[in-house]
Amino acid sequence: MALATDLPKAGFRPSMLIYDTRYRSITIQVIVLLLVLAGLSWLVHNTVQNLAAKDKDINFGFLWNRAGYDIGQALIPYTNDSTHFRAAMVGLVNTLVLAFCGCVLATILGVIAGVLRLSNNWLVGRLMTVYVEVFRNIPLLLWIILAYVLLSEIPPTTAEFRASAALIAKGEAPTAAMMFGNTVALTNQSVNIPGPYFTRSIGGLSFGDFSISFNFLAVLAVVVGSVLANRSLVRNARAVHEATGVRPVTWWKSIAILAGPFAMLMLALGLSFQLPVFGKFNFTGGIAVSHAFTAMLIALSLYTGAYIAEAVRSGVVAISRGQSEAAYALGLRPGRTMSLIILPQALRVIIPPLISQYLNLTKNTSLGIAVSYLDLRGTLGGITLNQTGRELECMLLMMLIYLVISLLISLAMNVFNNSVKLKER
Amino acid sequence: MANRSETAFVRGSMIAPSLPPVSERGAVKWMRENLFSSVFNTALTVLGLLAVYLIVQASLPWLLNGVWNANSLGECRKIVEASAGEGAIGACWAMLRERWHQFLFGFYPRELYWRPVLALGLLFVALAPILYGDNRRGMLRLIGTVSVLTVLALIGVDGSWLHILVLAALLAVLLGLGAVAQGKLIWFTLLYPAIGFFLLWGGSVWGPVGTMFGFVILVAVYQALKSNFGVVVGTGAGFVMACIWWLAVQTTVTTFLAGIFDAGLEAVDSDQFGGFLLSLTIGVTAIATALPIGVMLALGRRSDMFLIKTLSVGFIEFVRGVPLITMLFTASLLLQYFLPPQTNFDLILRVIILVTLFEAAYIAEVIRGGLAALPRGQFEAGDALGLDYWQAQRLIVMPQALKISIPGIVSSFIGLFKDTTLVAFVGLADPLSGITRIVRADINWKGIYWEPYLFVGAIFFIFCFGMSRYSMYLERKLQTDHH
Repeated sequence: MALATDLPKAGFRPSMLIYDTRYRSITIQVIVLLLVLAGLSWLVHNTVQNLAAKDKDINFGFLWNRAGYDIGQALIPYTNDSTHFRAAMVGLVNTLVLAFCGCVLATILGVIAGVLRLSNNWLVGRLMTVYVEVFRNIPLLLWIILAYVLLSEIPPTTAEFRASAALIAKGEAPTAAMMFGNTVALTNQSVNIPGPYFTRSIGGLSFGDFSISFNFLAVLAVVVGSVLANRSLVRNARAVHEATGVRPVTWWKSIAILAGPFAMLMLALGLSFQLPVFGKFNFTGGIAVSHAFTAMLIALSLYTGAYIAEAVRSGVVAISRGQSEAAYALGLRPGRTMSLIILPQALRVIIPPLISQYLNLTKNTSLGIAVSYLDLRGTLGGITLNQTGRELECMLLMMLIYLVISLLISLAMNVFNNSVKLKER
Repeated sequence: MANRSETAFVRGSMIAPSLPPVSERGAVKWMRENLFSSVFNTALTVLGLLAVYLIVQASLPWLLNGVWNANSLGECRKIVEASAGEGAIGACWAMLRERWHQFLFGFYPRELYWRPVLALGLLFVALAPILYGDNRRGMLRLIGTVSVLTVLALIGVDGSWLHILVLAALLAVLLGLGAVAQGKLIWFTLLYPAIGFFLLWGGSVWGPVGTMFGFVILVAVYQALKSNFGVVVGTGAGFVMACIWWLAVQTTVTTFLAGIFDAGLEAVDSDQFGGFLLSLTIGVTAIATALPIGVMLALGRRSDMFLIKTLSVGFIEFVRGVPLITMLFTASLLLQYFLPPQTNFDLILRVIILVTLFEAAYIAEVIRGGLAALPRGQFEAGDALGLDYWQAQRLIVMPQALKISIPGIVSSFIGLFKDTTLVAFVGLADPLSGITRIVRADINWKGIYWEPYLFVGAIFFIFCFGMSRYSMYLERKLQTDHH
């Protein structure tokens, strides 16, 4: 007779693969794995067949061929004789520069708008609400195109800057003039600003495709050095403050440390500005910032700024009223309450949405296609792709680079997030 | 105690309290507190007033001098200068009068405009049971409003009274159905994808019917197998059978049926779609398909099974790490490599597939947030009741998690709707860059820029702002706990 206490037979039956929770998950995973492998091999098989039918292969060798096209905004040396790889790098740098400038501007705008939206000034609060709602509810593409169209239709054409013989004979000035004491020219193609350069160079190193100028390294070293020195000065001041209760005056020392060495280096290297001058048909000299870049920057920072404003506002609102009441009870003024009590706590709420806004902004730089801004998508995923006809390789590489950028940004911001996060013990 | 008679004067009644000083009441007090409470605030107010003044000063004459009757931008400017004096500026709304239909419908044949309008109206009828559940009055109000608006819109775009009467009768029948048998209206919702497709693209009626029949097969197989083999096996087998029907059998059967009785609407090609019709088609289809995929991905990401979790995380993070534009280019350039040779299908469909995958990853993250916000006790309660995984998800977890995720889902839908403008870059005529470029390329309207962008922007704003307000309302309505 079998007792109820008898354990079930320990043996393994095939039906346990489905009915026993210990084995079922393994069964399901094996089936899923098989399905995924089957799907992948189907895709790969199709791709191989399609490539064979079009007489193509997968080969990244094209990256080292001559690109043969010009890029208006190249921040690293580039000519149309350079390789496709170098063109892609120029595009990548353009993407990163736009993303960086956009993030900085959007943060400034967003924080100002978010704080002003909460101010007890009725009019300003309403105006900021209108700004946030209008920009959040209309596609970014509209702002980009609108900014570009306005920039390229309203300013004067380059021809209007020209002092033609007829005008000189009449003694009249051209219809358009430069701004800010003949240093900046706004035309319907670009904003021409003075370009800094060094009259003295201390040499440089060149490794084939890449070259490093010692001037640049020196500037970098001085900036990093001054910032580190200033930090140790502030740390010392804080130590003294905590030990004695009197904070030493540091502001002039800080300014001296931060600005002094930099100014001396600039003098030593002979910093000078090349002003844009009107040549025969167009402006030469200085830096011509294309309207594509300006329009992208304006639109991206206004659009993302509205989202950041909303994040800032919700972060500040999330701090309970008791905190500010406690601060007032301690006798802190509203400004100090904000900077010492509210903002440090609100920061913890604000940072996660801020990270995702930075990521969005970076991904949105790919909308440069609308105004022909040659970023990574414009070079590698645009002209290079069309010229070489290597869709698969170009798209794969481009997606990979965007993915790496996104992951790096979220990694960096998560490190920052962990450093300001509430330390719970 | 003083004698009464010695008291010189006693007031018989209390005097009415006097009003606070002028600076402490009414508009003055409000302005003092809200606009001029400190030097900084006063400065802000002055700056704000200045900004408002500059905006109004620049745009008001432009708006007031608007011209509706003209045939070109040059003519517009002449009319403005004639009426408001030399050098005056004015909006040229005449462009909208001439081109509004392209902004809304693209190149859809003009005599067929009633079809997209009806499809949009029916979309809301189909949504009513989902949005209002068992709130019958709300549902009827929505269907009634939408029916009236649809009929009005039909009168606006279509001249044929016969059409309008038939369609009005159809809407009245649906309204009646909603009033009489409220629960039955969900069947209309289930059929809507086929109806919407048929109305928009036209062609033989048997195509959508055949496709829907595939789903009927799926459900039938699932019902037959569920009790013996469980949900997963049932769904899998049903899906396989439906695929066999769609890929191998359907064409034969529908061709045969079409031979017997050929009914249908005039077919409209995909490249005739454009404007807001295109945006809405892509947006609505993508969100409706992305929602179930997103739920599965979110569940996969929280799964205990290593492989399933890894696959879900990999997919979600990859898609969220690349811009939508690269996905769209994948649709237009790469999808042809991944599919069997000689498969060639519609660009709009390819775009919808990739946009759906893109959106599914975002929805998955939103729903994961909702799942994470549920207390553990809810999952444990499901286990304690003896529910299996799918029952617990369907009856306990998902209703609560989806409720928490509503704001996120709506805001990702708003994002998706705005992003549909990007399809212009793969050659589709979206309202913003596609249609506007066509308008601006016309010799008559060359150089016009404020008006088209203002018009498109206003429509987007109305849609998106409306949706965000609706999600706020829904959030308040669904709030069952006490705060």
